[in-house]
Amino acid sequence: MALSVKDVEHVSKLSRLSFGEDEKKEFVEKLNSVVDYIEKLEEVDVEGVKPTYHALDIKNVFREDEVKPSFKRKDILNNAPDSEGGCFRVPKVVK
Amino acid sequence: MEIYDLTIHEVRDLLKKKKITSVALVEKVFERIEAVEEDVASFLALYKEEALEKAEVMDAKYAAGEPLGDLAGIPIAVKDNMCTIDKNTTCASKMLENFVPPYDATVIKKLEDEGAIIIGKTNMDEFAMGSSTENSAFQVSRNPWNLDYVPGGSSGGSAAAVTAGEVFGALGSDTGGSIRQPAALCGIVGIKPTYGLVSRYGLVAFASSLDQIGPLSKDVEDAAIMLNAIAGHDERDSTSVPKKKINYKKALVNDVKGMKIGVPKEYFGEGVTPKVKELIYKALDRLVELGAEYEEISLPYTEYSLPTYYIIAPAECSSNLARFDGIRYGHRAETFEGIDDLYTKSRNQGFGEEVKRRIMIGTHSLASGYYDAYYNRAMKVRTLIRDDFDKAFEKFDCIITPTAPDKAFKIGEKTDDPLAMYMSDICTVPINIAGVPAISIPAGFVDGMPIGMQIIGQHFDEETIIKVAYTFEQNTDFNKRATL
Repeated sequence: MALSVKDVEHVSKLSRLSFGEDEKKEFVEKLNSVVDYIEKLEEVDVEGVKPTYHALDIKNVFREDEVKPSFKRKDILNNAPDSEGGCFRVPKVVK
Repeated sequence: MEIYDLTIHEVRDLLKKKKITSVALVEKVFERIEAVEEDVASFLALYKEEALEKAEVMDAKYAAGEPLGDLAGIPIAVKDNMCTIDKNTTCASKMLENFVPPYDATVIKKLEDEGAIIIGKTNMDEFAMGSSTENSAFQVSRNPWNLDYVPGGSSGGSAAAVTAGEVFGALGSDTGGSIRQPAALCGIVGIKPTYGLVSRYGLVAFASSLDQIGPLSKDVEDAAIMLNAIAGHDERDSTSVPKKKINYKKALVNDVKGMKIGVPKEYFGEGVTPKVKELIYKALDRLVELGAEYEEISLPYTEYSLPTYYIIAPAECSSNLARFDGIRYGHRAETFEGIDDLYTKSRNQGFGEEVKRRIMIGTHSLASGYYDAYYNRAMKVRTLIRDDFDKAFEKFDCIITPTAPDKAFKIGEKTDDPLAMYMSDICTVPINIAGVPAISIPAGFVDGMPIGMQIIGQHFDEETIIKVAYTFEQNTDFNKRATL
């Protein structure tokens, strides 16, 4: 199914990306060539086939719940674009 | 032959015989880097002073007669998507331009435990998305065989650096061919290990069910040495598999007598050039002379591998890259109005075009209403693709195909056509989908540019593919150095 400019706007909103009008048109074209291509999978009969989420059959991996040292707060906040009082700082999120 | 042309095992022998020092090796590679880096543009970061200091420490250990491993005192490079403590790890993206990890990836620790000297971080396609290294936000790397051509990608910086003699070996990561394809296009050796053999802890995730770290090297012996250093279970990566440690050097045996090779006809079809096809069949004939036998087979779901890949990889990437929100680390826009605008502007400015395209495809294919048609269907086709391989390995020891459908392409040739670029991975993506291991080795030249042969093995049977690769290499003369 071909994507329209409107679809691109919807998906870009979900992706937290935005595009100018010209970019959107270009995106529609390039995305559609890829979408057409991946839709080739419609011809495969997958009736009764189990999905493979991982190439190896790894089940849940458990370990002992032991307390171990973790990163220092200062080292983690080092990469934060904005922080204050040991916390990440963000713009106001409640209206 | 210059020092920088030597392999890891050759300089290891010189170090052990005290015919050269680690400091001298580091100096030699940095001389070489100064001479060619302007042309090749393999590196995003270099650590000369630190490397020299570490080399001095290793020289002292050699002088004291300490028992040392195969990589002790030898310059190695790593792709810039593996976290290095206190050193920028950019993924060749503006998003992570200033990101300084507070920890080392497990593979970095393992290399350093072996005494390897990490001399720098190599260029790549942004977040490992690409097949030419042209998607780097910072620079375009060039193929040392001909500077007008791409080195392949996404581990193109690692491949170019090893090929140009700027370093003795390098690590890359491979999600759909990103180690093997650049290795093929640059005429060197690259291994994509079995999914789960090498820890992904500290590898910036692209598509978590496909990503795997592996070596790029000048010959098969070096690849085995590097794989020895990085393989093994890691409690920090729950998808790494606990297994008995294997010494891959023991697989360096010059013998393929009685080996059964499957040759899937689907890998020689549309898109694969006649010259590449001819070359791979010549290589197969050589293996037959050496005692192996091959049979043409069919892996019928091969044609669905690339479309399956372009659902799975973007879906996982859109989810993995959702973490880049301008809050905890990574780029944040300078001006914004409210939290949503902060997210959107930061991501818009931080990500390049191909990364955005894949996030969009992934988000679309995971969106409600499409999930069953795309993602779930792809997961089922993945089973069929894996079953193809399982069935083939009931009868054959390994499978041989071209690594890439053609020789390297010219810089700029495919940048405007994403689908044409994706096609260069047509022979490599099925291997990641199935999670099996594969090695690419030089198999000859077309128009003066190297061509790679891909040898695919069963899950966790790296030994067989190393053995076949080693035998071919020992009995042919395709492993040559680029003259730069």
